[in-house]
Amino acid sequence: MHPLRKQRLWVVVFIVAFSSLAVALVMMALRENINLFYPPEKVLAGEAPVGKMIRIGGMVREGSVIREAGSLRVRFDVTDFKGTVPVVYEGILPDLFGEGQGVVTQGKLVDGVFEASEVLAKHDENYMPPELIDAMGPDHPGPKKKAP
Amino acid sequence: MWSWFHKWGSPKWFYGMAGRCLPWVAVATLLCWGIGLGWGLLVAPMDFRQGNSFRIIYVHVPVAVVSLAGYYLMAIAAAIHLVWRMKLADMALKSAALIGAALTFLALVTGAIWGKPTWGTWWVWDARITSMLVLFLIYMGIVLLYEALADRPEQASRVCAILALVGTVNIPIIYKSVDWWYSLHQPATIRFTGAPSMDPSMFYPLLWCIVACYLMYGTLMMLYVRGEILRREIRTQWLQDIVRGMR
Repeated sequence: MHPLRKQRLWVVVFIVAFSSLAVALVMMALRENINLFYPPEKVLAGEAPVGKMIRIGGMVREGSVIREAGSLRVRFDVTDFKGTVPVVYEGILPDLFGEGQGVVTQGKLVDGVFEASEVLAKHDENYMPPELIDAMGPDHPGPKKKAP
Repeated sequence: MWSWFHKWGSPKWFYGMAGRCLPWVAVATLLCWGIGLGWGLLVAPMDFRQGNSFRIIYVHVPVAVVSLAGYYLMAIAAAIHLVWRMKLADMALKSAALIGAALTFLALVTGAIWGKPTWGTWWVWDARITSMLVLFLIYMGIVLLYEALADRPEQASRVCAILALVGTVNIPIIYKSVDWWYSLHQPATIRFTGAPSMDPSMFYPLLWCIVACYLMYGTLMMLYVRGEILRREIRTQWLQDIVRGMR
């Protein structure tokens, strides 16, 4: 290979290597901020700021959804099976919201209760036709359940 | 190997080759889109949780996948251009930037349309969406740099090649963002290891759509690079011969 081209090839390698290194360092420093939400476990461990706008995410605990009659107020628990945080919310829930389903909610932690201002549904990576779910029985959660 | 490399570096050879391939690849593109979208939108069953709104996956995933794969192609072209100063690599870089920007934009828009009925929001600053936005900005940055330095093409191509190489680090970040951080996006459905977590009746049309999108990328690249060759090499003898032959 021509020495000039070899030199340029090294420049290319250095550009890619150093820019990757720089970005990796920035992301290491910011890794907590890149996460969209805190799991309940970290909230209970005191790692999430109290009284500040944060997001928490996890599963809506089975049997925990209580709708207040005559209003849009709803209470439910968000769990990651290592910890549970009670949530209160007033507003319209997304269509995919439901017990045993993933959820990401934004709000403030006040006295151990999460006062949500926004509730988003999180769905998983499984896609199945409804007939197959019926054939598997109503209690079947989905095609494949990953071990926790 | 070197003769092959030199052949690919020759605008004249590429112009002829692409011209002969174009009709075939274009027809294959339409055929695959037809099969994939027809199957996916009309025949495939709806999803047990998302109902019919999941069907936007047949556009969203193909354009997102190809916008990432296209970046690698662009970065390789950038490296070749920086090391060997190959004209054709520079033309490929410029074309790939514009097509990649369009695909990334489509991925962001279809993602927002999908997000509203399923997640309950158009937009959220999660790692996957934010890194896709960065990808769009890098693509657009390259497109605009070429335009801004249009009167100094030598400089433009070198600056753009460096920007393209620097942006490469973003691609693995986009790909792994759903595994490294907590995000609203779900983990990958299609994996290199193991079966996809999608029923085959929904997965096969998706595969057709992804193939169709790659073919579409090939079609567009050939069209755009040919256009660049015409623009830059119009004074060469072989192009003058072709242009005269057309009259």
